[in-house]
Formats: sequence, C-alpha cells, structure tokens
Amino acid sequence: MSIAIAPPRGNAAGIFVSTGQIARRVLLKFIRSPQLVVVGTLQGAMFLLIFRYVFGGAIALAPGINYVDFVVPGFITTGVLFNAMYASAGMAEDMSAGLIARLRSLPIPRSAVLVGRAVADTALQFWGLIVTVAIGFLVGFRIHGSVGAALAAAALIILFGFVFEWVFVLIGLLAGSAQAAQGFALIVFPFTFVSSAYVPVATMPSWMRGFAENQPLTVMVNSVRCLTEGHPAEALLGHPTSYFVIRSLIWSVGIVAVFAPLAVAKYRRG
Amino acid sequence: MSATLEAADLNKSFGKTHALDGLSLTMEPGQVMALLGPNGAGKTTFVNLVATLIRPNGGTLRVHGIDVARNPAAVRRLVALAGQSAAVEPAMTGRENVVMVARLSGASATDARRDAAAVIEQMGLTEAADRTVRTYSGGMRRRLDLGASLVARPRLLLLDEPTTGLDPRSRLELWDVIRSLVANGTDVLLTTQYLDEADHLASQIAIIDHGHVIASGTPRELKRLAGRNVVEVHVRDASALDRVAATLMSIGDGPATVDVPTRSVRVALSADTDRVFAALRPLDDTGIAIDEVSVRQPTLDEAFLALTGAPKEEVA
Repeated sequence: MSIAIAPPRGNAAGIFVSTGQIARRVLLKFIRSPQLVVVGTLQGAMFLLIFRYVFGGAIALAPGINYVDFVVPGFITTGVLFNAMYASAGMAEDMSAGLIARLRSLPIPRSAVLVGRAVADTALQFWGLIVTVAIGFLVGFRIHGSVGAALAAAALIILFGFVFEWVFVLIGLLAGSAQAAQGFALIVFPFTFVSSAYVPVATMPSWMRGFAENQPLTVMVNSVRCLTEGHPAEALLGHPTSYFVIRSLIWSVGIVAVFAPLAVAKYRRG
Repeated sequence: MSATLEAADLNKSFGKTHALDGLSLTMEPGQVMALLGPNGAGKTTFVNLVATLIRPNGGTLRVHGIDVARNPAAVRRLVALAGQSAAVEPAMTGRENVVMVARLSGASATDARRDAAAVIEQMGLTEAADRTVRTYSGGMRRRLDLGASLVARPRLLLLDEPTTGLDPRSRLELWDVIRSLVANGTDVLLTTQYLDEADHLASQIAIIDHGHVIASGTPRELKRLAGRNVVEVHVRDASALDRVAATLMSIGDGPATVDVPTRSVRVALSADTDRVFAALRPLDDTGIAIDEVSVRQPTLDEAFLALTGAPKEEVA
C-alpha cells in the first residue's frame, strides 16, 4: 500500500463553501433519520388538530374571523420554535461527538459550523411550514389577504425560524448533553402559550397580559395573522399590520444581534 | 528548516488539574514520534493543543515555526487530527465524509472527488465507500477517520490513541496503514498507552507522566536506560532450574531470577555478550536439556517501569 501526501493546498475553504458543506451535512443527517421527519410532522399535525377541534369550539372570537383562521397563523409561527428545539439537541450532540473536534481543527472560519447549521435548520423549517399550511387548509384555514401579503408572511416565518435558531444553538452549546438541551429547550412553552398564538390575550389576567402583549412571539404571530387574514385580524388585534411587522422585525434583529455573537463566542472558546 | 514541533515549558490547567506541567519536546522533520504514558498523563491535552482545539496557559508551542497561540489559523492548515472517537458523520457515506473534509480543507469539487476516491482506495474501503458509516465496523470507522485526516493533506498528522478499543486484527491493519504513511515521509505524532504500538511504529518516543516528559529517545535508547541485556534460559525439566541458576550467577550482575511456571532462569548481564557463550558451555557439559536460550534487550515495558516506577497494569 502506498499513500502519497500531496503538497498542502494553497487556499483554505471560504465562508460560503464551508457553510454550504456544513449545512449539507445537517440536511443529510435529517433526511436519513426517518424518525425525525415522521415524528416532527406528526407532532405538528396532532397539535393543530387538537387546537382546531378540541379547544376551538370553546373559544369565542369577535365576529368576522373564524377560530381556524385565527389559530393556524399562530400555529405556523410557533411551529418554528418547536422545530428549533431540535437544533439545541442536535448542537449538543455534535459538541459531544468527535466530528466537531475535526471541524474545529480544519482551516475554516469558525462561524461556518454554526451558520451552516442555522441555514440548514432554516431550510428544514420551510418543510415544516409547507406541512403545517397543508394541514391547515385541510381543516378549513383560508387566506383572506392578497397573495403578496401571504408570501410576505411566509418570508417572515422563515426569518423567525432563522432568528430563534440562534437562541437554541446557544442553548445546545451551553447544555453539555442532548438530554439537557432538550430540557432547557422547554422554555418554548411559556413563550408559545403565553402569547396570542392560540387564544386572544384579552382573556388573560392583567399581569400575564403585560408579558403576553409585549413578548416577541405575540408580535410575530400577529404579523403573520394580519398578513394572511387582513382587516378582520387587524380589527380584532387593534393595530394595523405594519405595527406588528415593524415590531417583529426589530425583535428579529435584536435577538440575532444578541444570541448569534454569544453562540459564536461560546463555540470559539470550546 | 524549523522543527516539525517544538514545545517549551508548556502548561495547561483545567481548573485545579495541571494537565501539562512544563512539558518540553522537539520533533524533527521525518519522524514518527510516539507520546507514551498512562491515562491522565497529558497526552490528549498535548495533541489538542497542537490541533488548536485548546489554548495553552503558558509556555510556547510551535508547529513548523508557527506559534500555536498567536496564529492558530495558520497551524490548522498544517495539522490534521484523527481522534480517539472516530470523527465521522454516521448518517453520511464514507465517500461523502471524505469529500466533505476535502472541500473544507480547500479542494475544488472535482479535486475533492478525485482525492477522496484515492484515499478511500488506499484505506481499503472502496467497496464500502457508498454505504452510510452507520453500517461500518469500528476498524472501518477508524480507517475512514484516518483517510479523512489525510485528504486534508497535513504536514503533521496527529493520531490520538488510534487503535484504542480495536480488536487485534483491525489494530494490525491500522498499523500497516500508519507504517505506509511513515514510508512516504509524513510526520506523525501519535499517542498511545500500548508500549508495543510505540515500539512498532515510532522512531522517537517521549514518555510522559504527570504532564511532562520524563524520558525521550529512540525505542532502543529507552530500553537501554532500563538496564543491560538479559539472558534467559528455558529448561525442559524444572528440577534442573537450581543448577542452571547457579551457573548463570557466575556471568550475571545480581541474582538470577527463577520462574518455575515457565521453567526459565533470567539474569541481567554484567558485561559484553562474549562471556555468555563461555558461561553456557559448562551448562552444556552438565547434560541438562535446554529448550531455548535467548539474549535480548529489556522490553519497553521493563523500561517504562524502571522510568516511572508505575505498576505495569496502569500502563497496559
């Protein structure tokens, strides 16, 4: 056997190639783990059916908007958080496996490993979005706004997926193990349920309403809701679409600006 | 030409544990160096410092003259690491894994495919190349891991306990691969807790204990440190052991050691080997049936014991 070592390569991989290769790995890993694909899809479908048919009948809204049209935008938006939970477990798992040691010893930009994962997970969010919207249509959800507004809503959802990805990547880096990461990721529950995602916040006690009305998920859900449902949603929520969209964009920038550098710094230090 | 590796008074602590405590060593180009030491001696910490996975607390470490703490990015272009746990993605095929590392180390898509195919062939994994790594045996994963390291074209290959946990056959196969690297002039720094592994593969050995080098040299030099040559006589009949021991005493330095279960007598020589034959002649005259006579260097195990004073079980 003869193994010739060629001279070292002239250029190290750039940020785009590195990010693309890392993203490809995350996607291949997901696609080749059928249990992840099936469980994730079933879980989303199950919760949507429960809210639509179990709780839906008992929740009275203002006239002009059906509960199904109210809850599906909330569902799609909070779905990105539930999907992002897997990112923290995946990140923690990667950190404890040998592959990350190899990636860290390669001459690539260190942020590429995290950005690659964020890009791949955001692409997977797109898959989740299609599934949830399809199920939503099956149970009676309809878009009442323009096509352009609906596309803007889809773009916002993908953006929110990318935004929350950084929170969960940081959790994964800090957790130490996949199990611990799953545990820490449970912080999604207060954020998703104490929001306008599934019910109008008006029925909550005032102390809780203060949190619900001002936390990022509520304005994100309401942006998507106003974009897909138009005037009835704006009337119900008491603000124009632009009010929610601008606030949700500000939250998005703020969350990425805080969590992405923290995650990269934590990853660098190892 | 600067040394492949140069460590001077290197320190690394994790909390209150001093993993490296003033470690100094030099590795010249064209060498395979083995870091030998018990668990917790600091071997892996040292390798991780060279691979820039962690940073030293004190001292200097240079790879081909480049300071690891000051310019880790440049060092990463020179080294590749194959770790204790095979650093490959189980959900990807062998080929996809190697292509990914080639791409990440700067190869174009075409070059990456070509180099990956060559490395996979050299590792004897061509038939399994398009199966996911999940289906690989432990030995195959290690070879793939080594292949993935090589496709990055390192000038210094770091192998951290490359054969730990492998069955004897996979271990020998991996040794063959590592030896062929050596034949091609790749510098290799390997850590091991197996003395025979260091003896078979390395041209230089540094023995590490408690975070610093306690002895270094060629395998032959280290064995010499442990003492003089040993003559060992195996007899057919155990009742002859005492008479043989008495004869060997006359040529030995110190008492002869009688080992009844193996029917052998062992003594360290006091002088050159010429006198061995003189001493064995009267033994021949006694008519004692002798199965085997050997004159040998002390084993690396004996050297290690002499140097560390550690019981052998902690080493092997």
